[in-house]
Amino acid sequence: MSRGRSKSPIPENGILPSRVPPWRDPEKRALAFQLIVLLLVGTLSYILFSNTQANLERQSIATGFGFLDKEAGFEIGESLVDYSAADNYARALLVGALNTVKVSFVGIIFTIVIGAIIGIARLSSNWLVAKLAAIYIEVMQNIPVLLQLFFWYAIFYESFSSPRQALNPVSGVFLCNRGLIFAVPEAHAAHAWMGWAFLAALVIGYGLHRWGGKRQEQTGRSFPAVRIMIALCLLLPLAVWLGFGAPLNWDMPVLRGFNFSGGVTVSPEFSALLLGLVLYTGAFVAEIVRAGIQSVGKGQVEAAMAIGLRPGQVLHLVVLPQALRVIIPPLTSQMLNLTKNSSLAIAIGYADFVAVTNTTINQTGQAIEGVALIMLVYLFFSLSTSVFMNWYNKKMALVER
Amino acid sequence: MKITRVVILMVGLVLVLGGVSHAGKDLDAVLKKGFIQTGVNGGVFGFGMPDEKGVWRGLDVDTARAVAAAVFGDASKVKFTPLTAQQRFTALQSGEIDLLTRNATRTLSRETQLGLNFVTVNYYDGQGFMVPKALGVKSARELDGATICVLPGTTTEQNAADFFRSNNMKWKPVVIESTTELAKTFFAGRCDVLTSDRSQLAGTRAIAPKPKDYVLLPEVISKEPLAPAVRHGDDQWRDIVDFSVLAMINAEELGITSKNVDQMLKSKDPVVQRFLGVVEGNGKALGLDEKWAYNIIKQVGNYGEVFERNVGVNTTLGLERGLNALWTKGGLMYSPPFK
Repeated sequence: MSRGRSKSPIPENGILPSRVPPWRDPEKRALAFQLIVLLLVGTLSYILFSNTQANLERQSIATGFGFLDKEAGFEIGESLVDYSAADNYARALLVGALNTVKVSFVGIIFTIVIGAIIGIARLSSNWLVAKLAAIYIEVMQNIPVLLQLFFWYAIFYESFSSPRQALNPVSGVFLCNRGLIFAVPEAHAAHAWMGWAFLAALVIGYGLHRWGGKRQEQTGRSFPAVRIMIALCLLLPLAVWLGFGAPLNWDMPVLRGFNFSGGVTVSPEFSALLLGLVLYTGAFVAEIVRAGIQSVGKGQVEAAMAIGLRPGQVLHLVVLPQALRVIIPPLTSQMLNLTKNSSLAIAIGYADFVAVTNTTINQTGQAIEGVALIMLVYLFFSLSTSVFMNWYNKKMALVER
Repeated sequence: MKITRVVILMVGLVLVLGGVSHAGKDLDAVLKKGFIQTGVNGGVFGFGMPDEKGVWRGLDVDTARAVAAAVFGDASKVKFTPLTAQQRFTALQSGEIDLLTRNATRTLSRETQLGLNFVTVNYYDGQGFMVPKALGVKSARELDGATICVLPGTTTEQNAADFFRSNNMKWKPVVIESTTELAKTFFAGRCDVLTSDRSQLAGTRAIAPKPKDYVLLPEVISKEPLAPAVRHGDDQWRDIVDFSVLAMINAEELGITSKNVDQMLKSKDPVVQRFLGVVEGNGKALGLDEKWAYNIIKQVGNYGEVFERNVGVNTTLGLERGLNALWTKGGLMYSPPFK
């Protein structure tokens, strides 16, 4: 609308306009303002950067990321990759970042499950179920998540006994204040092949699903693709395992000295953090799910039932596709919240990225670099979650023709 | 959002934006303010912690009071900022505090990379291990496979890792930021061992539900010379802090206490006369009142008095003098001549 009179060669009244001065031309004015803002931001960043640099130099504080390949020299409680105190800081930070990914990833999955269940329960026609869900949501939403973390952590370390008096409900499973320790099958060459078989089952299942969908569009006959896929996912790896002669040696946890060795340990820190984050965020997700389902008009459900769809099909084909469009955007922000809240881990001793970076900052004194790394890593996590969710959102969005 | 992160960020911002205002002399800034802003621990009994009436108590706290007595002739002209292990150096670098007396270990990298000047050591400590008696452990070398509670952001994490590596043993750290939360976790049995400086372990044991159930293992795995620190850039301020600590040690060497300091003013000993400012010179050299050392001893006491009052055998901590005795009694406390 701004590109107006000055551009059109022959004005309506036939009189050529006199030249418009640049400060009267909205387009040029806008450009000038943008340049000024850009200049201001640039200058400010430059001042910030150079002033920091000068101050650090004056106080003879070392700068730069050179510390990353020095030996870290500290241990980390739990790690997804091999790590020892002899590794460098970069490796230590990687361990921290992976621990953050671990708790966020598992947390997001559980949160969605809990949120969906509670959200649907909130809409239940059963008075008791609906009220219980409402109470859960109100309580969990309104207690600060840090307090919840302290609470769960205290429950874990106060109520379970020492490793020597560990609870042993089933052979190979121990529960004590060192965490949940359970036996796992020993590593075997068959496991890799079972993994491939599982992947193959997924691919075949997906293909069947597409083919089944097409056939249904053309002929109206449905095909139970999902059920076949689940069966394939279970049976193919099992067949491979049997083919290898059913190798099964358990890596049993044994109490040796102070602690259990062998098996897999789920630490109380991880469990408390996961539980706190999931129950807290789950309450918000439940409300989002409820809102999403309620946003679908009642008439839609009635119409779907009227044309003879089964209740499962009503939910799957009519309600969910429409509800998801409302659910996904706020759900994305809850996922990001969970990831960011996982930085509270240090309060209860889980070695997440912030905890490891804090130790690094303290040992090296590189506070600005460390904080910059924290910001970068969380930005990366958040942006990748957003990108994925935006893609999913677009896929789910109403396709208008 | 986590508080430390906010603080680090804010301190970083102060460093960025407000750095220029601290270019002047630190001493001038202190004199202008009329008090010394001191960073202390805030959570370690006997070193820096407010008592039930909210009055700050501790060896580190008294050290800061000694500096205030030297500068202003009034030991109360000091304000305390409790800092975590992670905040302390940034707070000093950025000028948020003028003086750090927060059981900080003097190390080469801190002195150089962090731009700090440590002065005379006010407590010689060493890292140790505390275990429940019921565990039946007699030596740290039996700790293979143990789970160990440790504070983040100190030399402690690294020392423990070094000790276990050099002895070819495995361990699992549980790293929790808050001292009190860490102690609770240890007392509940989440860890087999708590590691920290031995003085802090004694302080933690003092607040245990049953202090008698815990023992310190004999091994001392590190040297921890705890010293007050100032930032680079003002040598006069550094000298004043340094000699305030030394004055307390010197007074103990000379047998001057807060009780007899007034009689000592009449002493015929030239060493005592110079020290207490009866014969002038030391005060002028430091740029202070000639009564500076007298004020420290009168208002705060000599090193022995401060030690016994805060952490000595008759307190809850019950620490022996050990390395912190005077050099004449087999310790390391030694003062250069005051002339």
